Amino acid sequence: MSGNPVWIDVLPAEKVIPVLKDKVVLHAGPPISWERMCGPLKGAIAGAIVFEKWAPDLATATEMAAGGGVTFHPNHHFGAVGPMTGITTRSMPVMVVENRTFKNRSFCTLNEGLGKVMRFGGNDQEVLNRLAWMRDVLGPDLGSAVRAAGGIELKGFIGRGLSMGDEMHQRNVACTSLILRAIAPWLARTAKDTNRLAEVLASIGANDQFFLNVAMAMGKAIMDPVKGIEGSSVVTAMCRNGTDFGIRVSATGDQWFVAPVEMPEGLYFAGYGPADANPDMGDSAIVETIGVGGFAMAASPAVAGFVGAGSASSALAFTRTMSQIVVGENPQWTIPALDFAGVPTGIDIRLVADTGIAPVINTGIAHKEAGVGQVGAGVVRAPLDCFIHAARALSNKLGVQ
Amino acid sequence: MSSVRKESAETGSVSRRSVGLLDSPVEVVNVGLEGFYQELKLAGVPVVHVSWSPPANGDPKMADILSKLGA
Amino acid sequence: MSDFILNEVRKRMYLDSVALMRISRVIKETRGVREAALMMGTPSNQEILADAGLLADSSKGAQGSDLIIGIRAESEMVARTALAEALNQISAPKRQSEAETVTEPRSVRGALKIQPNTTIALISVPGEFAIAEGRKAITRDLHVMIFSDNVPIEQEVALKQEAQKLGRLVMGPDCGTAIINGVPLAFANKVNRGNIGVIGASWTGIQEVTTLISKFGGGISHAIGVGGRDLSSQVGGISTLMAIEMLDSDSATTHIVIISKPPDTKVIEKILERVNKSRKKFTICFLGADDIQVPWNARFAPTLKAAAELALSKPIDSKPLKAGDIRFREGLIVGLYSGGTLCTEAQYVLMREARRSVTSNIPLKGVSYLKPDDHISDRVIDLGADEFTKGKPHPMIDPSTRDEMLRNTLRDPSVGAVLLDVVIGYGAHSNPAGNIAAVLNSVPERRAAVIASVTGTDDDPQNRASQQAILEQSDVIVAASNVDAVRIALNCVQSGQGMG
Repeated sequence: MSGNPVWIDVLPAEKVIPVLKDKVVLHAGPPISWERMCGPLKGAIAGAIVFEKWAPDLATATEMAAGGGVTFHPNHHFGAVGPMTGITTRSMPVMVVENRTFKNRSFCTLNEGLGKVMRFGGNDQEVLNRLAWMRDVLGPDLGSAVRAAGGIELKGFIGRGLSMGDEMHQRNVACTSLILRAIAPWLARTAKDTNRLAEVLASIGANDQFFLNVAMAMGKAIMDPVKGIEGSSVVTAMCRNGTDFGIRVSATGDQWFVAPVEMPEGLYFAGYGPADANPDMGDSAIVETIGVGGFAMAASPAVAGFVGAGSASSALAFTRTMSQIVVGENPQWTIPALDFAGVPTGIDIRLVADTGIAPVINTGIAHKEAGVGQVGAGVVRAPLDCFIHAARALSNKLGVQ
Repeated sequence: MSSVRKESAETGSVSRRSVGLLDSPVEVVNVGLEGFYQELKLAGVPVVHVSWSPPANGDPKMADILSKLGA
Repeated sequence: MSDFILNEVRKRMYLDSVALMRISRVIKETRGVREAALMMGTPSNQEILADAGLLADSSKGAQGSDLIIGIRAESEMVARTALAEALNQISAPKRQSEAETVTEPRSVRGALKIQPNTTIALISVPGEFAIAEGRKAITRDLHVMIFSDNVPIEQEVALKQEAQKLGRLVMGPDCGTAIINGVPLAFANKVNRGNIGVIGASWTGIQEVTTLISKFGGGISHAIGVGGRDLSSQVGGISTLMAIEMLDSDSATTHIVIISKPPDTKVIEKILERVNKSRKKFTICFLGADDIQVPWNARFAPTLKAAAELALSKPIDSKPLKAGDIRFREGLIVGLYSGGTLCTEAQYVLMREARRSVTSNIPLKGVSYLKPDDHISDRVIDLGADEFTKGKPHPMIDPSTRDEMLRNTLRDPSVGAVLLDVVIGYGAHSNPAGNIAAVLNSVPERRAAVIASVTGTDDDPQNRASQQAILEQSDVIVAASNVDAVRIALNCVQSGQGMG
């Protein structure tokens, strides 16, 4: 946790992830074949193929994907993360976050906003048009601004956001506003056209979840250096692809431990219900590995409303319970309602497997059919089996029987 | 193994002072039957009850391994 | 005639066995239900369910963390109604405490954050998980008391060796009682404090000796249970030796009593060697092991009563009996014990003082194993033994497990005297005497004399005096100690004279 993550740039993905120069689609979660992918993931992939002009329409794109015309890899294999479907292709702009303590970099696409969006499997013209604007306007302009600012240190935003009711997964209102305050002058200084500047500012200002992707890239930048510490049982990544849930653990490096992903529980938008829900998706659970999201529920009673009784005391209970499965508390990120206790940080597989307390993840709920988009929000539990498999692997590695 | 040990030293709340059984006031952690907790509490003995459930989805062998890993 | 078997598996739902058995009992009493059990789905429990004809194929995939509800009833409708009631019972108590339990610690590690100065972990989880919990406790510098039984002995040895290296004491497994600094743990009695330290490989043995000492003017500094197998050759007395060490350097203790069923010979040597090095006085009570050479500072006691007498340095008066209490009845003596060591003590006295052969399910040397068709031997049965408690509560928690056997014994014309123990104190049933009285009253035509002793004190929650009064109202002869109870039984069946 001694990392110092700094947002240093926004660049087209292929510039920082060389493998994307080919017809490659990065997706959320552990590795998965086309056949086993869920509807929204397939839909998003088809949309991305059309977006990159590898196919003229969605039907052809789907055929191409099914026929091996594109290659799939998890974001996590390339230092990247993406929310929900997590689709990353070559021309999409990604934020570049550098952990200045360890010099490692991580990447995450820009947040598309609410409604019909690719991260929830949306793929129609409206979705693709927005992606094009992000590629041509939002990405380049943010990149210029961040570069001009000399990078933006991120850790402080989290601390302030926690005291303003954000938990950085489902609620990012405060942090989005804070980072907009920080970056607006630089956007203005580097702007060539006031209308275009207004568009960019309005788009960030209208998207409460803008900061989610920043937090994710930051989370990845913080956790990557934790990889490969001998004997360490700390979780370095948690993610899901709508079919499998996968975790990585420090001592076992790049190995994935997977189990079937669970269904989120929560509240649905009008007209939708649990029968419409897709199993959980996204690399966004990286934020829980650094102690925010579901682990910082106590900071965000408003989010607790999505689950159970929804009382403020139940929000405290979530965080207190999570504190039983972590290595420690992060004194830099504190929660006022818990007498300024630090957020529970560093999920320990031994403690998860031992207590049976499954990490809680705040999440959006996607429609199970491609193209529909978000239908609700709630929480999901990481499946215990991942942690038990990982503990077994760790014990084999250490020769403990 | 060294790193697991080191880590548990960091995480195991505070490094607790080693105490003799007979020369310090009895304070109990109760793991299992709740009745024992209730009786100690009634008797005014400091006691905390652990809301226990079988570790590792109820696999005794894995539970044993977890205890050896420093869970 | 063909019963309907209904199973329901609740994934990852844990309730402790006592709670489950309580519900099982209620469901079993439903009209039309032949058998019912709620159990966690461990392999051994699944075996029990299968044996009871309660396991349906639908439960085959259940794991140890899953709850299985098994019901066998005369019809599907009865079974379904009973299942609904079982589910009702499960959810009923939870609702009240949900708010409280939400942030309860889920591990020893979590509990220590709340109470960092904890000294002892009291562990009573199912036996197959007990050692893992013990290990987590000793590595966090706790001493451990393991109440759980059915623990593999090699695991016990491993844990005790690890604990020894860390300087932590492991009391148990199968340790039912301890009194540390005046605090009774698990099944223990409220006794006077004093200068006598007790170490016991037997749970009811400690209870009998500490209560006798307390009742007759002495007091207890600490009582340390070590578990029934500590003095076996495999374990080698690790905990007993550590306990001697602790009491030897404890300034409140001047006299140390060691209680065990007959230990391994090699282990006895080791223990006595250590005793010999102490300057304190010792009483060695190895039940049934006569003729042991003890060191200069020790005396040997063949019974629990004798151990209490040596520790007190005075004889214990047997309760003076009213004339007419003893009526001669020809017949066998049958002891139905909830306390294992009391059962062993009874065997010893019968073997030494009786006229005929003695049998038991936990036979001492010289006593033969219980035979089903044996109608000429006295028999004493330990109802707390594994064969009676696997999947069932210990008779001290639920004395009703003794009911049916007691009823049959009372109806058996070949029985002249029935011996019972009534063990009270913390952890024990709230009114075991009342339970016995109810059974006795349901068999008005009984001919056998019923003799009992109450192990406990007047400061115990159940109150010894009132337990005695309840028994006496049902025409039970209540003796001052277990040894005295056995002697009264012998008198009943041996002579028509009585004692008074």
